[in-house]
Amino acid sequence: MAEHRTAHRRRATPTTWLLRAIVVGYLLLLVAWPLSLVARNALDGGFGNVQALLEDPDVVHALRLTVVVALWAVMLNTVFGVGISILLVRYRFPGKRVLSALLDLPLSVSPVVVGLAIVLVYGGRGGWLGPTLEANGLQVVYATPGMVLATAFVALPLVIREVVPVLEEVGMEQELAAQSLGASAWQRFRRITLPSIRWAVVYGVVLSLARSLGEFGAVKIVSGNVLGETRTATLVVEEKYLNFDKAGAYATAFLLALVSVACITVVSLVRPKEGTR
Amino acid sequence: MTATVAPAGRSVLRRRPAGVGALTPASGAGLGVAMLWFSLLVLLPLSAVVLRAAEGGWGEAWATITNAQTLAAIRLTVLAALGVTAVNVVMGTLIAWVLVRDRFPGQRFLEVLIDIPFALPTIVAGLVLLSLYGTDSPIGIDVANNRSAVVLAFLFVTLPFVVRTVQPVLAELDPEVEEAAASLGASRFTTFRRIVLPSITPAIAAGAALSFARGVSEYGSLVLLSGNLPFRTEVTSARILSSIENDNLSGAAAIATVLLLISFTVILVLDLLQRRMVRRG
Repeated sequence: MAEHRTAHRRRATPTTWLLRAIVVGYLLLLVAWPLSLVARNALDGGFGNVQALLEDPDVVHALRLTVVVALWAVMLNTVFGVGISILLVRYRFPGKRVLSALLDLPLSVSPVVVGLAIVLVYGGRGGWLGPTLEANGLQVVYATPGMVLATAFVALPLVIREVVPVLEEVGMEQELAAQSLGASAWQRFRRITLPSIRWAVVYGVVLSLARSLGEFGAVKIVSGNVLGETRTATLVVEEKYLNFDKAGAYATAFLLALVSVACITVVSLVRPKEGTR
Repeated sequence: MTATVAPAGRSVLRRRPAGVGALTPASGAGLGVAMLWFSLLVLLPLSAVVLRAAEGGWGEAWATITNAQTLAAIRLTVLAALGVTAVNVVMGTLIAWVLVRDRFPGQRFLEVLIDIPFALPTIVAGLVLLSLYGTDSPIGIDVANNRSAVVLAFLFVTLPFVVRTVQPVLAELDPEVEEAAASLGASRFTTFRRIVLPSITPAIAAGAALSFARGVSEYGSLVLLSGNLPFRTEVTSARILSSIENDNLSGAAAIATVLLLISFTVILVLDLLQRRMVRRG
């Protein structure tokens, strides 16, 4: 890889400069500049706006709820994602190709459709399973479980998409060797499979976390958006902006942006180390 | 792909372990649990949408879809997503090219910038764009409540897809073929068009499919930016949401079925493209 790169380095011709300028200009105008303005608007006059926000009990409740829902969704997706990745790469079973394609579906389904779909099945009024579940004391829609489901749906493929390529690359030799030496399935998973995919799992988890904390459309439908009860951080941004509390909206958006930018930066700083391992 | 992992006979081990390929009782149980969760989370809810749309008869669903306001929303969404995908095909390939083939200070920063739209909450993305291209724009460009707002929001949220699918393929390309072409007198552009482009076309197409699907399904970034004006800036997802808020779940399900159809088509295209890329690689 390294020698390819050097072999390919050429003198910076005018074309090179032109392409650089186009790319840098496009990314600055589309991402960097607008993003920096949000930070400026939020910190207009110091940390006062952010501080005021953190003293509002409804906002604090929303932030806490967002974290709880995201952690549940990430946990479910990690367990499911690692399990299904191993099944997809290491075993043969009928319908595998269809399953593998369907697992990507959440990436291309509108969050609004996700919300609607969950209401239609788990809604307390007229859902397929909702009334039965509520009769047994489990309210899903307009409560935390529904928000966890919606969030887990939206972020479902992220862990899988990170883990599957790594599993395919590491191959099976070590696992087979361990097996021939008498290691149990659990020992093989813990000692061999898990260490080889651990960075992929970390990226997947961090990306899922960023996506889960920021889910908006699906949660808006499933949560009912009740102030102090089921309103999450992203819904606070919308509500504050529409109620002309721009300072509050920018401050909340700033907090959310800070977390997601931190997540992305962590992933992109750690990732190259994996490549040179 | 599993077949290439442990081909029979090439294994160094005498004994082919029973666990490879076929399901063991434990992995079979695991698959059962995983499928149950996947069905409860994804398959059952999505089937509920399609069945709900069909419940009142396809005639009624068709009437909902062909309602003038809904059609205007679908047309705007699809056309904007197509246009944005075309821009992404060009800009995404260009960005991937510069990131792989060029070296200059600050490139790591650009790498991070490209992934930000993927991780940034969509409602925050709307606010971010509004701060530069809204009513208080410091550069005097105001797209708020305007059709260009839809295009701008789609451009933002779909930025990573083409770049991230093309980049690894471009990095894997063997530069010797290009050098040979150059030594035979091909210009840089000819080399790109005849040598590089054919190898990265499946990746570009896969990125384009993802970017189109993401654009069509976008909602959050438009809430604050486009104003959801009927016949002007209302996109399909916003139309579904207003049906839900009016307690018209069947109507919402009918329009959602159209979006699901698009999602399924994209997934199908992606599956075919991925297979093609694997065969080439």
